[in-house]
Amino acid sequence: MLRIPCPHCGVRDEPEFVFGGPSHVERPAFGVSDLEWTDYLFGRENPKGVHFERWLHEFGCGRWFNVARDTVTHEILATYRMGEPKPALPGPGGPDALRFPVVRGS
Amino acid sequence: MTRYNAWNFLRQAVQGHRGWHPAWGAAEPRRHYEVIVVGGGGHGLATAYYLAKKHGIRRVAVLEKGWIGGGNSGRNTQVSRSNYFYPVSSSFYDHSLKLYETLGRELDFNVMLSQRGLIVLAHSEHELELNRRWANAIRMNGVDSEILTPARIGKLAPAINLHARFPIVGGFIQRRAGISRHDAVVWGYARAASALGVDIVQGCEVTGFDIAGGRVRGVHTSRGTITADRVVMSVAGHASVVARLAGLRLPITTMALQAMVTEPLKPVLDVVVISAAIHAYVSQSDRGEIVIGGGSDVYNSYAQKGGLPAMHTTVGAVLELFPSFSRLRLMRQWAGMVDVTPDTTPIMGLTPVEGLYINCGWGTGGYKAIPAGGDTMADTVANNRPHPLIREFGLDRFARGALVDEGAAAGVAH
Repeated sequence: MLRIPCPHCGVRDEPEFVFGGPSHVERPAFGVSDLEWTDYLFGRENPKGVHFERWLHEFGCGRWFNVARDTVTHEILATYRMGEPKPALPGPGGPDALRFPVVRGS
Repeated sequence: MTRYNAWNFLRQAVQGHRGWHPAWGAAEPRRHYEVIVVGGGGHGLATAYYLAKKHGIRRVAVLEKGWIGGGNSGRNTQVSRSNYFYPVSSSFYDHSLKLYETLGRELDFNVMLSQRGLIVLAHSEHELELNRRWANAIRMNGVDSEILTPARIGKLAPAINLHARFPIVGGFIQRRAGISRHDAVVWGYARAASALGVDIVQGCEVTGFDIAGGRVRGVHTSRGTITADRVVMSVAGHASVVARLAGLRLPITTMALQAMVTEPLKPVLDVVVISAAIHAYVSQSDRGEIVIGGGSDVYNSYAQKGGLPAMHTTVGAVLELFPSFSRLRLMRQWAGMVDVTPDTTPIMGLTPVEGLYINCGWGTGGYKAIPAGGDTMADTVANNRPHPLIREFGLDRFARGALVDEGAAAGVAH
C-alpha cells in the first residue's frame, strides 16, 4: 500500500488516489516530424528508478499534483503542485533517498 | 537426449534411475554466435528452438540474467485462449493455441495442456450484447465460441453464484481454451533447444549493445562481450530498460500484475472463468489450488511485488462470484512485471537498428503466445522480414496510427 503525501491534504492511503501517468511531458511545436509526434504521443521514459508522475487525489481534495517516486522501492521522494518544476533529488537509491518523504509547496 | 517414454522409464527403473541426464546443458558463452536471444523466458527459448529446428540456425545463444523461466514465464496463471476480436490477433493467438495442442509431442515433454474451456461472464444486458458481438467476431475469425445462458453457466461451473452483486446474465465459452503447466513449457523448450545445439547461458546479464553503422554487432554482458550477426530482444518486465541500451524509447509502461493461489481442495471448478466487468479470472490447478488473477497495480513499478489494494479488489470480486471459496486460505501471492503497450498488443519484428529484432510488450498475456511468439520471431530473424502473422504488430504501427486495440475491442486486459 502506498502512503501518498498529498501537497494539499497530507499523507493518505493509496485507494484515495488515481494514477495519471508521467509528468512534465511537453507538447512539441506544431511543425514537428511524424516521428517526434509519435514519440510525444506514445514514447515513455518508463524508468527503473525515479519516476516523475501525476496523481489525482480523487477521494480527497480532488486535485492533481506531482509525485517523484522510485519505481523499484516505491519510496515517494517528493510531492509538489502542478506547474512547479521537477525538484532536485539526491541520486536514486542513494542513502539520501531513504529519508522521510519531502513534501514541497504545502 | 534420452526420450521421455515408457520404455526408457522402465529401463531407468531397472537401473535405479541413475542414468538420467540434466534436461539441458550448462553452457559457457562462446565468442560469437549467429543469433543471440536476450532473455531466457518462454518466448526467448521458443525462438531459439524454432531457429534451430525449422531454419537450421544452430549457433544460437539464449542469454538469461537470472535463471530460465524465472520471470513472467513462472509468474503467470497458465491460461491459453484465442478468443480475440480482431482477425490479426485471432489468427496469431489461434496459431499459438494450435501449437500448444501438439507441443507435448513436439518437445517430448508433457506440458499438461488441459483444454477445459474458458467462460467469459456478462453481468448486464449491455455487456451481454458486447459479448455476443465479441463471440460472433471470434467465430467469423474461424475460432470456436459459443454463447451461454446463465443456466448453462451454472451447469458448467456449479460453484458459481449466478445471483451475485452483479448478477450473471450470460456469457460465452471457448472450449479449446484451457491451462497448461508453465514450467514444463519453459523446460521443454530449453531441453529441446539444447539438444539441437543451442547454448543456454544463465546468470549472464546483457549490459549493452555493440552497434556500429546502424547495425548490431554483438552484446556486452556481465560475462564479457559476445559478437553476433543478429540479436533478438525477448525481454518481459524490462523491455524499456534493455531497449534503451540500444537507443530505443518504447511505448511501454511497466506495472506489477498479481496472482495468487489458495490451499488445495478437491476438484470444484473444471473450467477457467473470466469476468471483465469485475476484472477477475479463476481456475483450479491440477494440484487443487484455486488460481486467482486480477487487474494490475495501475502505476509504474519494477518492484516484482504487488500492493494490498489491488489484491483486495481481486479477492473481493472472486468471493462474490464464488462465495464458497471464502473459507479457503491464500497460500501464496506474487507479482510479475508486465510491459503494457497503449493498445495492449505486443511489439514484434524489426527495429530501426539493422540485425536487432524485438519481441516485447506482452502486457498481461504473454504466456498463451509463447509457441507462436517463438515460431514467428524465428522466421522473422531467419528471413529478416516480419512473419505474415505479426506484420501488424511492428514498432512502426504507432507512427502510422495503425494500432490494434484489443483492450478497447474486447473490454478486457490480456
